[in-house]
Amino acid sequence: MSALSQMGAVTGMNLRSIPRRLGSSSVIVIGIAGVVGVIVAVFGMTRSLSQALVDTGRPDRAIVLRSGAQNETSSTLLVDAFATIKNAPGVARTSAGDAAGSAEMLASVNLIRREDGAQAAVGVRGVEPTSATIRPEVKLIDGRMFRPGLREMIVGRGAQHEFKNLEIGDHVGLRDSVWTIVGIFESGGDANESRLFADAQTLMSAYKRTAANSVTVLLESEASFDEFKTALTTNPTLSVSVERERDYYQRQSEDANTFFDLVTTFVGIIMALGALFGALNTMYSAVSARTVEIATLRAIGFGASGVVSSVLVEALLLSFTGAVVGAAIAWLLFNGNTIGIGNNVGTLVFQMRITPALLGSSVLLACIVGLLGGLLPALRAARMPVATALRATA
Amino acid sequence: MTALVSIKQVYKSYVRGKQRVEVLHGLDLDVEKGEFLALMGPSGSGKSTLLNLIGGLDRPDKGEITVAGQRIDQLSSGQLAKWRARHVGFIFQFYNLLPVLTAERNVEVPLLLTKLSSRERKRNVQAALDLVGLADRAKHKPSELSGGQQQRVAIARALVADPTLLVCDEPTGDLDRETSDSVLQLLELLNRQQGKTIVMVTHDPRAAGHASRRLHVDKGSLGEAPVGAAA
Amino acid sequence: MKYLPLIWAGLWRKRVRTVLTMLSVAVAFVLFGVMHGVTAGIDQIINQMSDSRLRIQSRVNITEALPIAHLGRIENVPGVLGVGYYNFVGAYYQEPRNQISAGAMDMSRQTALFPEIKVPDGALDAMARTRDGALIGADLAKERGWKVGDRIPLRSSIWMRKDGAQDWTFEILGIYSWADGRVPSNEFWINYQYFDEERTFGNGTVTIYFARINDPAHSAQIAEQIDGLFANSANETQTQNERDWLRGRIAQIGNMAFFVNAIIGAVMFTLLFLTGNTMMQSVRERIPELAVLKTYGFSSSAVVLLVLGEALLLCGVAAGIGLGLARLAQPSIFRAIGAGGLALPWSVIGTGLGVAAVVAIISALPPAWRTQRISIVDALAGR
Repeated sequence: MSALSQMGAVTGMNLRSIPRRLGSSSVIVIGIAGVVGVIVAVFGMTRSLSQALVDTGRPDRAIVLRSGAQNETSSTLLVDAFATIKNAPGVARTSAGDAAGSAEMLASVNLIRREDGAQAAVGVRGVEPTSATIRPEVKLIDGRMFRPGLREMIVGRGAQHEFKNLEIGDHVGLRDSVWTIVGIFESGGDANESRLFADAQTLMSAYKRTAANSVTVLLESEASFDEFKTALTTNPTLSVSVERERDYYQRQSEDANTFFDLVTTFVGIIMALGALFGALNTMYSAVSARTVEIATLRAIGFGASGVVSSVLVEALLLSFTGAVVGAAIAWLLFNGNTIGIGNNVGTLVFQMRITPALLGSSVLLACIVGLLGGLLPALRAARMPVATALRATA
Repeated sequence: MTALVSIKQVYKSYVRGKQRVEVLHGLDLDVEKGEFLALMGPSGSGKSTLLNLIGGLDRPDKGEITVAGQRIDQLSSGQLAKWRARHVGFIFQFYNLLPVLTAERNVEVPLLLTKLSSRERKRNVQAALDLVGLADRAKHKPSELSGGQQQRVAIARALVADPTLLVCDEPTGDLDRETSDSVLQLLELLNRQQGKTIVMVTHDPRAAGHASRRLHVDKGSLGEAPVGAAA
Repeated sequence: MKYLPLIWAGLWRKRVRTVLTMLSVAVAFVLFGVMHGVTAGIDQIINQMSDSRLRIQSRVNITEALPIAHLGRIENVPGVLGVGYYNFVGAYYQEPRNQISAGAMDMSRQTALFPEIKVPDGALDAMARTRDGALIGADLAKERGWKVGDRIPLRSSIWMRKDGAQDWTFEILGIYSWADGRVPSNEFWINYQYFDEERTFGNGTVTIYFARINDPAHSAQIAEQIDGLFANSANETQTQNERDWLRGRIAQIGNMAFFVNAIIGAVMFTLLFLTGNTMMQSVRERIPELAVLKTYGFSSSAVVLLVLGEALLLCGVAAGIGLGLARLAQPSIFRAIGAGGLALPWSVIGTGLGVAAVVAIISALPPAWRTQRISIVDALAGR
């Protein structure tokens, strides 16, 4: 008999005996299901958070901050700089012929969360009318646009979902002023969808500010970035940093995720270890339950490889089953859930998306754990001295 | 003189699969104090059933069993457990030592059910192991002992709580001739010098030769067996 | 106790299996300890926060400044013993990635309000004399290797100087530290008056006020009274005692406890299955041995207790190891998330051992129950 068909025969025999060992076999399935479920849920959350941030940025947009600022909130740009930045080379034009740049202010307002009635911060972005050209992804889905000069706002769908009193016609109290919600927008589930948008000029005058936080421009093309950046950073009257918007949000997501990644990795490693011990346990007892059977096969003349592969295939199959079960449960429970995570300047509302890639890699991880768990017991089975094993009473 | 063990009109049957097997019907037996009784007979004769009844492991369907003046045929299984702990020491064909415990720990097991302090337990264990000649093997696990040594440990375990009665089920069934003889001599010694009452089931006439009385069990009834038939 | 050797020996019948089971249980309780340790630690910090100190910030959001003119009005509220203020100054040293958490304040008010701040003798006088002086936290001094007398140039992406210079240069006059070590001493403190005079905008405003009050029981009324002073003004306030503020701040992050409990629930369920299976196998293999014990007069309930005891010992020892490791890891975890060293509270360890006991009992009950049905006669005969 060829080695391959030997493996097939032994493996088949082995798998047919699983129902007799259902209790201990299900330890692998349930153990791995638990690990994969938790890993998929936790990584699904952190990946979706990053994705929402990264999706906010586009490679053909650039964001200009005060030099040294890590983010919009810690950046101050004086009015004098606005025109220089907007008219720098590489900036696209709107259909009306204006430079496609928007000097923006980012404020925060504390609102009441629907879920628990607790206060949490929501970002308020003051944008110029050019924003419509710069951010075509921002689409009104209800109501109308705010009118410049009036204390009106539009609200992102995410923010509206997470917070109370953000319906059309509701009022929001900002500093020394009351604003009316006139429209609802969506922007593909990105970070802006968790914010309120208002007219920059009106917002700045309400806050009595003469400085903005940032200027965002639409570039003529992705390639125009270097030209734009060089023009601004070599200008001695400016003290600014220029970043591709995509890179800026990438950096924000890395900052947000350092902590979560740490937690997730820790939880993942611990759970994978636990599952590994469980898998080892199951496979050792599977081998010891089949001592006589394996010895008999060896005595008849079956090779060690057949025995080894039969144990490995069993471990693999069981852990694969567990992984599929765990991934399916996590997907059913969490996919599409809306989650809000915040700090004291804003809350990011995002949808949990469990991607095929995440499912695939966690199933792969589970299979590796299963194989590792099968390896040592498989080797023990192969090394079993035939004569003593035959005498063992199973 | 009243008998230590008195069995009157005992009936016992088992259900095996769908069949009801009558093992003992109306059996009478007295065992005197200080006696070494061998019960012989082919397998299925009911000798083991009888032994289980005497040792309080099982209850008769009908009839009376009195040991040391106490009726045990009506006791609940919980009461029987307490009774066995006080009155019976068991010796089995396959020794049935706990493989994870050392010899001394094995011997100590019955004493765990007494109120003895740990020091007293230790002393009694020591004495029992001395008696069976295995004091130097106290720290060994059963797997490190020969069959004969294991059976001696089992005997020490049976003795250690000073039971009224020793019950042995084929104690030499798994041993070679030489080892068997030494185990049997030990039992005989216990019977003669310590006055232990022993009831032993065996199918080996040589083993039965060491007993002071032999009875033949066949199809649930008793008869005298010839002395030292195969010695 | 005398049964302990018997139980312990039974546990080691199959060494590999017991070790592996113990390892999985231990690993699960490391997770349990760390996760509950963090939530318990946060609760502990919240409970240790003062409720006799109020924080007064803008009603709109912490990023909105309040006028310095509020100071006198807050001081006049009955029950208020003293008021201090703080202006957040986001700064960096040389490179933007070297972020320095700086704050401008009235130093003598600050130290009167927070007696737990330790400042060397004379440093306060020196600060009063030196406009561009600074007190820095001990942790910051250690991290950067700065010492008293150094002149440190800081930059800010928010605040610009009137004279147009990039650098805000400060002379270090002293090193402060928080007495209990729970709050990290990592800030760079400067004189508010100097900072306010030098900055180009935002002049005459502060980020937050602190007020010490005479009776924590009245904190709600006093807070209401302060907020009432500024209601319907351009600068409405929101006043909370420190404890409530931190609680709300943590609630903002999102529902942490839910995630922690969901993960731990999944882990514990898996664990239950694992130990349950181990106990089931172990009992199945030992039925003849248990029958021998019964022959020797061990009652059915004694045998049940032996099996339960074995599971308790297994889970208890393993959980103890896991929780012990979590306790060892806890201080570094807390340092990693920016809170001072905090030991894993004994209450978490107690709860952990309790959970371990429940896992043990639930997983051992089915096999233990099975032992009751052992017929001695059958088991000895190998049936």
